[in-house]
Parts: sequence; structure tokens; C-alpha cells
Amino acid sequence: MAVAPERTRLTWDYSPAPESADHVRLRDAYGVFVGGEFADPRSGKSAPTVNPATEAKIAKVAIAGEEDVAHAVKVAREAQRKWAALPALERGKYLFRIARLMQERARELAIVETMDGGKPIRESRDIDIPLAAAHFFHYAGWADKIGYGIAGREHRPHGVVAQIVPWNFPLLMAAWKLAPALACGNAAILKPADTTPLTALLLAEICQEAELPPGVVSILPGNGATGAALVRAEGIDKVAFTGSTAVGKDIQAALAGRDVGLTLELGGKSANIVFEDASIDQAVEGIVQGIFFNQGHVCCAGSRLLVQESVAEQVEAKLWERMQKLRLGDPLDKNTDVGAVNSGEQLTRIETLVAAGEDEGATRRTIACDIPERGHWFAPTLFTEVSPVHRIAVEEIFGPVVSMLTFRTQAEAIEKANNSKYGLAAGIWTDKGGKAFEVAAQLKAGVVWQNTYNHFDPTAAFGGYKESGFGREGGAAGLRPYVRVS
Amino acid sequence: MSPRLAVRKTYKLYVGGAFARSESGRHDPVLDHEGSHVANITRASRKDVRDAVKKARGAQPGWAAKTAYNRGQVLYRAAEALEQRSAEFAQQAVDLRGAKPAAARDEVAAAVDVLVHYAGWTDKLHAVLGGVNPVAAPFLSFSSPEATGVVGVVAPEEPELLGLVGAIAPAMAAGNAVVAICSERWPLAGLDLGEVLAVSDVPGGVVNLLAGRREELAPALGAHRDLNAIVDASGDAELGERLDVLAAETVKRVVRIPAGSDAVDDSLRRLEALTELKTAWHPIGA
Repeated sequence: MAVAPERTRLTWDYSPAPESADHVRLRDAYGVFVGGEFADPRSGKSAPTVNPATEAKIAKVAIAGEEDVAHAVKVAREAQRKWAALPALERGKYLFRIARLMQERARELAIVETMDGGKPIRESRDIDIPLAAAHFFHYAGWADKIGYGIAGREHRPHGVVAQIVPWNFPLLMAAWKLAPALACGNAAILKPADTTPLTALLLAEICQEAELPPGVVSILPGNGATGAALVRAEGIDKVAFTGSTAVGKDIQAALAGRDVGLTLELGGKSANIVFEDASIDQAVEGIVQGIFFNQGHVCCAGSRLLVQESVAEQVEAKLWERMQKLRLGDPLDKNTDVGAVNSGEQLTRIETLVAAGEDEGATRRTIACDIPERGHWFAPTLFTEVSPVHRIAVEEIFGPVVSMLTFRTQAEAIEKANNSKYGLAAGIWTDKGGKAFEVAAQLKAGVVWQNTYNHFDPTAAFGGYKESGFGREGGAAGLRPYVRVS
Repeated sequence: MSPRLAVRKTYKLYVGGAFARSESGRHDPVLDHEGSHVANITRASRKDVRDAVKKARGAQPGWAAKTAYNRGQVLYRAAEALEQRSAEFAQQAVDLRGAKPAAARDEVAAAVDVLVHYAGWTDKLHAVLGGVNPVAAPFLSFSSPEATGVVGVVAPEEPELLGLVGAIAPAMAAGNAVVAICSERWPLAGLDLGEVLAVSDVPGGVVNLLAGRREELAPALGAHRDLNAIVDASGDAELGERLDVLAAETVKRVVRIPAGSDAVDDSLRRLEALTELKTAWHPIGA
């Protein structure tokens, strides 16, 4: 009797699937981009930018100083007059060109974004870069239709705008800032974050390729001191800042008494509310998407999970099970869910707040996974037994850490959700449409997602209530901060 | 027969829908442009500012929850009530401030028209500031304006009525509650406006009117942590800078109204700054 051959054992592990970085051509050093050219910074200062997943230096990048800022303002001022005087459709055409060039160079941009910032290639490839191009495409079309977007009122550009963007979505935030500013006829001086300057510098190259008139866009890489100098510089007509609430307040105070336009997109501690009638499996996916997207380095992250008591045990169990399937590791690997924490400084902040959560009596669970030897990493973490007064329920952690609280009634959910100095975003999970609309109307948050989370679109306004800032980005609402309406 | 003795008016603050004296028990005399004593006003304190903000916070959700149609009708009724008393307001400006009669009548008429203009805004804000977003994914996404919450107003010294109305009407139209500091030099028109609002179905607490020393009250209002926005129509650059610094402590929205700015021409800017655009995403299909 023949013996059946032993069957090959099937395993369901993932093999490494790293994206090749072969075709990326980065310079060894980047200066400041002013007047359409790269130049050594007048400050004479530079610092390496580092891959947070490997701690390898990628390139040397300028740290612009006050003299660089003053020079960039002067150049921008001259360029702005001609830029604003162009026929609006022509202005729009430059933006369409930039959108197309970003699409053409999408793969390169995605890889560099991932190398410089640590985010999974899946996200930079599928979200950051396509959305950044889409923003340019959207606002390109607004350039000759601005009057339609502001109720037909007469308008003029501010002039020279200073724009400061954070490190969590470097190119996307640059696009959110630059595209509407340029469409409205402003010249822009953009400061990328010190840990993630590279895609903004590639965008400078794209501006060159698009033959954008020199001086319309300046890129000044630098640190907090560069940003502080930029917003205070003489000749700045409008400031747009995305970043922490603390720095936002500092900027608002610094501009006191000055007729300088200001929009702020600041921090958040957004509530993600799961009602008992929600599709629980779908909600669990949404919780994961809401907090572990981009390692939780998301201003609108669903970091406060509010679950109705009757389903709390079930949600907690399913969430924990799902979390353990998250893959942490090489951001360039196409199967990676959770990449590297952006910097050592940010890792310390996450660790400090997580320690505070434990000290204050919340129950911590962190998934068991291999942590790479080099780089900055924090494994997905769930806190339960969280009280609304715990620091992990109040302060923005900006990491892959979710704090779970419970509620009994809809009214309690709304009260808890709104009990925050922030008001950026919220999520609602319920299969009852009427309830979703009712709750959405009562949440003090600039974006409310029902049965989804962390969706963005160039046509949909984004921005916060309360200490999450003021002004909106996206759609027609995103034009208004960049024009003076008479 | 002896001549009839006139009944004088006791000027009070308008807080929470009631006419009340300052908790401080203080008063300030009001002198006309020639220096003659006209009346005493009760002089509001920082505690009165806090009480007024509390009343406004309590009243705001109900006001915002009224239909836009209803809020429009309430503002229109305020216009009606002001129109009816316009001769009286104009005469007061002539007697108290020494305004020319024609100019005084124009000012009051303009204040009525501002109320009418904003009465018509309440149900149009959504069409102008919001809309459906054609997002590139299967979602119904729409953005709609909501009231920012409680708005502090620092009225200009002059025109004391028109300037005050131009600052509070946009806030009211957008569904906010207001705590306003009336003109310090000419406070009577602002306090009288409370009597107009009180008979116009404006719910108590939606508009609160304080009179007293601007130097004392404005910073207390600007520093209040439960205030969402400040409309600074003071025309005082130094005070404006102080209010900006105070606003930054809690990221308050600041609307600066320069002297002479027309409340009708400038309406979109004022309304937008006192609203929050909320974007909601609802899935289509699964």
C-alpha cells in the first residue's frame, strides 16, 4: 500500500517585500531654495537629516537663519507682484504642471518620504503623494475661479505668506499650504520640519522643472528658530502654521497688534465613539486605522476611544486581537503597517506619556513584536481602565497609543467627546443613520467621520474648533485664508 | 397745580435676559458733551464679565439649535423694535453726544438696516460658506458652518449704537451668544439696546450688555478661557494688541473691525470668522 507523501506545510508568514530605492537620486547636501535656485545658507549652518528607521544619515540640509529669511522675503516680494499680475488661468497652469510632475515622480517622492520620515511606504505611496498631487490639481483649477469660491466678493492676495509645516505628512502638508496660496496670487516661503525636509526640497526641484517664476516659492529648511524668525519677519503678510498647539499660541501672540493674516492647524485629542449598534468588526478596523495610521503621528488621530459599556468587552477583545496582527518594521517594506517613530525626541515624548498612563493607574498592553535594533520604534499600545482625567486621555501623545474609555448613554458620549480643549476631529460608529447625524451635529470638531476614519480630500475642508486652531484647508473654504476680501 | 415730576430711568446692565445692577454696587456718572450730568450707570466689574459669559454659554446651544428661519425672524423683529424707537435713539445721540440731528437719524437708520441685513443671513450662510464636497471616494461629504460659541465684543466709543449693532449682529446671525462691552463714553444707547432685544424674542443670555470702564472690562473679557472669539471694534491699537495676546492663550478667533468699516459690506468676513466649518463624512454603500 502506497503511503501518501507528507503534505508540504503551509505557512502564512509574509516574506520581506522592500520597495527598491535604486532610482532615487538625492544630493549629498541641500541648501536653501530662494529665487528659483538652490544656494548655500547665509547662516552657514546645516545639519544631517536622518532615516529614523536606520539612524543613517541621508543628506546634509541647510538650517536657514534670519538673514536667509530676510533675503527670501525680499525676493518673494518682487516675485509676488508679477505672479499676481499674471492672467489667472496662466497661474493655474503652473499649478497643473506641478501636480503632473508630482504624479510623474510619485514613486521617488514616496520612497524619499518614507526614508526621511519613517512612515510605511504603503501610506506614502497610496495616501501622502497622490493626495499632495490632488491638492495641487484642485487648487490649480481654482486660480481663475476665486471669485466664485468667495461668494463673488472682490479680493486680492495677501502678498508674501510664511508657511510652516510639520514632520508627520511633510509633502502633503506642503501641498496643502502652497497650492491655495499660489492659486490666489501669493508668493510663499515654506519651512519644512527639521527632521523631514527632503520632499519639500524635491518639490523645489519640481518647481524648477515646471519653470515656475523664480521667487514665487522659496523653501527654507530649518529648525524652530528658523520658523520663529520667519513668522516674525518684516514683510510677511500672512502666516499659516500646522503643528503643536503650544507653538501655535506662541505665533498668535507674536503677531499681536500686527495686521498679519493667520491660520493655525494645531493639535487634537480626537474622540472615536463606538455605539453598541455599530458593526463591531468594521469599527475595530476603523479604530486601528484611526490611531495606528502613520504611527499615530496624526493631528486628528482617534486617540480617545469611547466605547459604549454594553459592547466594551467585545470591542476590547477584538481590538487587542487585531492589534497583534499589525506588522511593525522596515518602513520601505510594502507589508509594513507601523513604521518608525519620526525622531528620538518624539519617541521620548511618547514614552513619557505612556509612563504617566501607567503611573496614573491605567492598564497598559503593548503588542509583542520584534523591534529592529536600530532606529526609533514604539509598538502599538492599548490603554484600558482610563479615567477622563488621566494625562493619556487629555494630552496629545502623537504616537501609536490608544486610550479606551467607556460611556453608557449617547448624551454621555457627546459630553465626554467634547470635554477637551481640542476640537479637531471625531469618529462615530453606528449603523443608525439618524443617530450618526444627530451626534455629528453635537460634536465640537472640525471633521466628523461616520463609520470611517482618517479620510482626506482636497475638496473637503479640514481644520479645528477651539484650541485645535482656526481657518480651514481644502475646498473653497481653503481659499479664504489666502485672500483679502473687500 | 405743581408741574409733574419726571420719572427718571435707572440704567442697568442687561445680563441673562434680566436688567441688573453690577454685583460691585459701583456706579459711574454719565455726562453729556457739555459736561452736564445726565444719568448714573451701574459700573460693571470683572465678576459681571464672568457672570455674563456663564449666562451666554448657557444660552448659546439653544440659540444655535433654533432654525435659521427662526433666528432670522428674531433679528428682524429686533430691527422692527429699533425702528420704532429710532427717534428716541437719535434724540439721545443729539442730546448726549451733541450729534447733528440728521447724522444721528442716519446712524440709527443704518443700525436698523444692519439688523435687517443680518436677519437675512441666517439661512444663507450654509449655501455661501459650506456645501457638498465631491470627494474622490464613496462618501457623502459635506461642510457646514456652525456657531463658534460665545463671542466677546468690545464696541467702539462712537458711533455707539451702530458700532455695537454691527459687532453683535453677525455673531447673533451665526448662532453665537454675545457678551458686549458698550461704549464707555456714551453707554446709554448700548444699554437701551437691551430693551430692544428683550422685546424681540432674543432668548435671555444670548446677548449680554455691560457698561463700565473698558480698561477694566475688556482685558477680563479677552482673558476669559470660556470665550471662543473676540470682536474688537474698539479702534484702540494698544488695547487691540493686548486682546491679541490674551486671545492667544486659548487660541481665540479675533475679528478686528476698523473704525468706519461698514457692517454690511464686511459681512462675509465677520460671519466666517465667527463660524466653524464642520466637515462630515458618511459612507455610501457598505
